[in-house]
Amino acid sequence: MTGPDAAGIEQTGPSNPPRAGATESGPTDRDTSEPRSSAGAQAPMPVAPAPAGVARGGAGGRVERGRAPVRRDPTRFDPRIGRRATFGTIFAIVCFLATMVGILVLATLLIDIFRDGWSRLTFEFLNRFPSRFPARAGVKPALAGSIWVLGLTALISFPLGVGTAIWLEEYAPDNRFTRIVETNIANLAGVPSIVYGILGLALFVRAFAIGRSVLAAALTLALLILPVIIIASQEAIKAVPNSIRLGAYALGATRWEAIRHQVLPLAMPGIMTGTILALSRAIGEAAPVIMVGALGFLAFVPSSPLDNFTVIPFQIYNWVSRPQLEFHELAAAASIVLLALLLTMNGAAIWLRNRYNRKL
Amino acid sequence: MAGLRRRRRRERTVGGVLLGFSIVSILTTLGIVGVLLFDSASFFSEVSPVEFLTGTTWTPLFRPPHFGVLPLLTGSLLIAAGAALVALPLGLAAAIFLSEYAHPRVRNLVKPVLEILAGVPTVVYGYFALTFVTPILRAIWPATDVFNAASASIVMGIMIIPMVSSLSEDAMSAVPRSLRQAAYSLGATKVEVATRTVVPAALSGIVASFILAISRAIGETMIVTIAAGAQPALTLNPFHSVQTMTAYIAQTAQGEAPHGSVEYRTIFAVGLTLFAITLLMNILSGFAMRRFREEYE
Repeated sequence: MTGPDAAGIEQTGPSNPPRAGATESGPTDRDTSEPRSSAGAQAPMPVAPAPAGVARGGAGGRVERGRAPVRRDPTRFDPRIGRRATFGTIFAIVCFLATMVGILVLATLLIDIFRDGWSRLTFEFLNRFPSRFPARAGVKPALAGSIWVLGLTALISFPLGVGTAIWLEEYAPDNRFTRIVETNIANLAGVPSIVYGILGLALFVRAFAIGRSVLAAALTLALLILPVIIIASQEAIKAVPNSIRLGAYALGATRWEAIRHQVLPLAMPGIMTGTILALSRAIGEAAPVIMVGALGFLAFVPSSPLDNFTVIPFQIYNWVSRPQLEFHELAAAASIVLLALLLTMNGAAIWLRNRYNRKL
Repeated sequence: MAGLRRRRRRERTVGGVLLGFSIVSILTTLGIVGVLLFDSASFFSEVSPVEFLTGTTWTPLFRPPHFGVLPLLTGSLLIAAGAALVALPLGLAAAIFLSEYAHPRVRNLVKPVLEILAGVPTVVYGYFALTFVTPILRAIWPATDVFNAASASIVMGIMIIPMVSSLSEDAMSAVPRSLRQAAYSLGATKVEVATRTVVPAALSGIVASFILAISRAIGETMIVTIAAGAQPALTLNPFHSVQTMTAYIAQTAQGEAPHGSVEYRTIFAVGLTLFAITLLMNILSGFAMRRFREEYE
């Protein structure tokens, strides 16, 4: 065991300069090319005196550098298996704890919200208008506004998203335009929601003169979640076996007939799941709605798409921005309402997915 | 069943309509870029781009106003860096746990729960940051401002954990089993296989998830608007109140800035900066992800 490997193993210990100095073969073999190799010539002998090695290392910087790769063994191999096993256990525990951090914070958040808002959450809270007096304030217009926006957003984004997905999966030729559309959708998915809000403000509220209305918010949110719906629908359509299409064609169906009667019914649960999840994102968004101009005090429930509006996330933001503790409690209560709404939607999505999985 | 000619005509109509739907997404991008460029152009006709990009004070309402975007930019970067400090180690460790250690049943239970973190509305996180995390920080470090970067960073970091953990876990699960077996056969322990074989092999996928998560943190609005404050400050002190680009946009839009004023146009100039930064990061992340896919899929 006098090869460079042995030297490498020896040196991975905690840190021991004497041993590093005692290394005979590794560095000294290289030293033979040095001009002043008279001393180096003795080196290959197994018992080269340690002081000589140290002295040479000290004298010539080049030799020191030549030795560096050996000292920093790239494999960092430690033969003490017990130690490595202990490190492995510690590492596993750390990874487990890191995973738990997220879950614990989620639990803390939910407990905090419920503790703060539970006492405010009454039937009257759902059925009253916002007020300067916390005791009389409620979320009725915000809840109604959220449902309005939810419905309109779904009406706009669902056909657009599913249509685009069908076109991309079933019609699109493999050319540059198609690739541009696909790349563009991937990039749109990463655009911050507030930027969609700017688009909504400049385009829908100002240029199209729709005003600060339910419709402007719904259009903005529809564009925001469009990439999510498209990508989810594409996945669902891709999962339909090609034999289904070929079977339909063999019976004389046109392309659209095969899609309409065979592919879409099979892909629909997946499409619906993706759409519901996307809509639940839209319903929780506050930033684009701020840009489009939701109102903090709304004394009526919107009755047409062109009415002024507010939504639950905006109402929460409005209340949490006030310094008084009572309004913070209202914000927590409204958060519970919002979370309940999201939970219902996600539950529906999971139910659909499970039903779909059972069928296949 | 309708006549053949009518069916053919319908076929063409449907194809055309669907193509039209697809163009909407292109129009959306053109709309975003167009709107941002159009109003930014009129902003930059009044304020020089050099002053905008290098100025160190952001006071659009003062007389004379200053339009240096650096305080907003450092605000965004400070908070994103803090969020990354929380999310990257936690997310990566969680991904290693889920991919290498967890029993499949545990993974199927833990992964969706972790993903709920990304589904909680950001206003709710904002509420949590302001009313729960900030008081704790102020108890530990009394000099902390009521609105501060640290609490927004921590909560945002928690929010983006699933982005890191899910995408990294996907990348690590895609590393071929043969690589792991080769490492084991050389005598590596489980932790060595995880950290010296799987993580390096999945590195480009992991990096993609990191960039995407940071880009998400820069673009996030509500947590910072609620918890980080409204004071454009060129500071790196996380216990100070800062204003991010996103918070500035949201707060200005609410302030009913008169249409056509310079203040109104700042929304678009700052929005353009934000859009450019996040787009660049998303492209980088996509690039890293494609490289990873080329290697293993």
